[in-house]
Amino acid sequence: MRHLEQLPPWAAVVIALLVVTGASLTVLGGLGLVRLKSFYQRLHAPTLGYSYGTLLIVLASMLMFTLLEGRVVVHEVMIGIFIMATTPITLLMLGRAALRRDRDAKLGHDEAVPPRIPREDRPAEPRGQTGHGEGLEDAGLLPDAEREERERADQARD
Amino acid sequence: MSSEILRFALGYAQIALILALALACWRMLRGPRAQDRVLALDTMYMNAMLLFLVIGMVNGNVFFFEGALVIAVLGFVATVCAAKFLMRGEVIE
Amino acid sequence: MTRAVPHPVLSAVLVLMWLLLTSFSLGNLALGTVIALTAGWAVEHLHPPRPKFRRWSAIPLLMGIVARDILRSNIAVARVLLLGPNHPAYHSGFVELQLRLRDPNAIAVLAIILTATPGTAWIEFEQEDGRLLLHVLDLRSEDDWQTLIRDRYESLLMEIFE
Repeated sequence: MRHLEQLPPWAAVVIALLVVTGASLTVLGGLGLVRLKSFYQRLHAPTLGYSYGTLLIVLASMLMFTLLEGRVVVHEVMIGIFIMATTPITLLMLGRAALRRDRDAKLGHDEAVPPRIPREDRPAEPRGQTGHGEGLEDAGLLPDAEREERERADQARD
Repeated sequence: MSSEILRFALGYAQIALILALALACWRMLRGPRAQDRVLALDTMYMNAMLLFLVIGMVNGNVFFFEGALVIAVLGFVATVCAAKFLMRGEVIE
Repeated sequence: MTRAVPHPVLSAVLVLMWLLLTSFSLGNLALGTVIALTAGWAVEHLHPPRPKFRRWSAIPLLMGIVARDILRSNIAVARVLLLGPNHPAYHSGFVELQLRLRDPNAIAVLAIILTATPGTAWIEFEQEDGRLLLHVLDLRSEDDWQTLIRDRYESLLMEIFE
């Protein structure tokens, strides 16, 4: 730990703040993953760590090694760019996969999702716009009776 | 004094990230559905990557960065494959 | 230029990245150049729709807006997560929107922005009529999602791409 003493005090304080905030955001994301009730809600939780959690820790690491080595260290930008480019892809694909699975009649449903309407039947106005900004509220986990009814309706449509 | 602050902050960050890993791991084991597990696995990859960065800062060693980069790449590929499988693999076709 | 180096910007960025990751030397420069040219050639064979930028000057503005919005929604989502899932102060749900954007690159950028922002998740997009399904963690944080997306991101993206 000798290298920590070489840093000037202002840098130590800045790095400490960045690291603590970043790690706290990440652990909050983990907490959300455990606490939230439905998959679509949980999809939002890790984004905390993905966006500013990563950014702050990467910044702290860059600042520290730049000061320690006496030259500009920009290795970590690579991680930042990589995370920025890849997380939307993974989350998007997961969201679509989940929606597809929830609409599939052969799998048991346990979450209510808006059904897919074929193009010709689609109303002119988007669904879930009541004028007060409240979309279709999550029904969350469906009660058993409702789930069975939905499954029957799905099967009848096929 | 300044190194004390930094040592405390880095220790806190390590504990917090390990806690985040444990929470994501709980979600991965608990499920209830496959997409929850994949999401939790992706989060675990990300937390492990951040943990590597912090450990690199504690040791003053730049080479942990390479490990973090490898974890990030592996996590991306693993999650995309799993999501693709969920979308195509077992339901349709 | 188009035959030998199909994507000059991409290849240049790749060479730069290669030199950042390794130390600078003539051998690394040569190896990085070969890899970058191969990658550019591979991308050319995927036939991506080429982005046409109309207004470069709006890009920093968009990046600034996005960085600020992500920070704001980070704080909002952190609050929601601390309050817990059963708190009556927020409701999550699906919102359906109508997009005016048609350029595939612009839509991809919008998807990246909305997914990277905590609190909104891009779930489904119907290519032919521009209908978008979003999942929002806190529906009450904004009054009208349609106007929000249209005014804040869509108009800027249309300026840049179309």
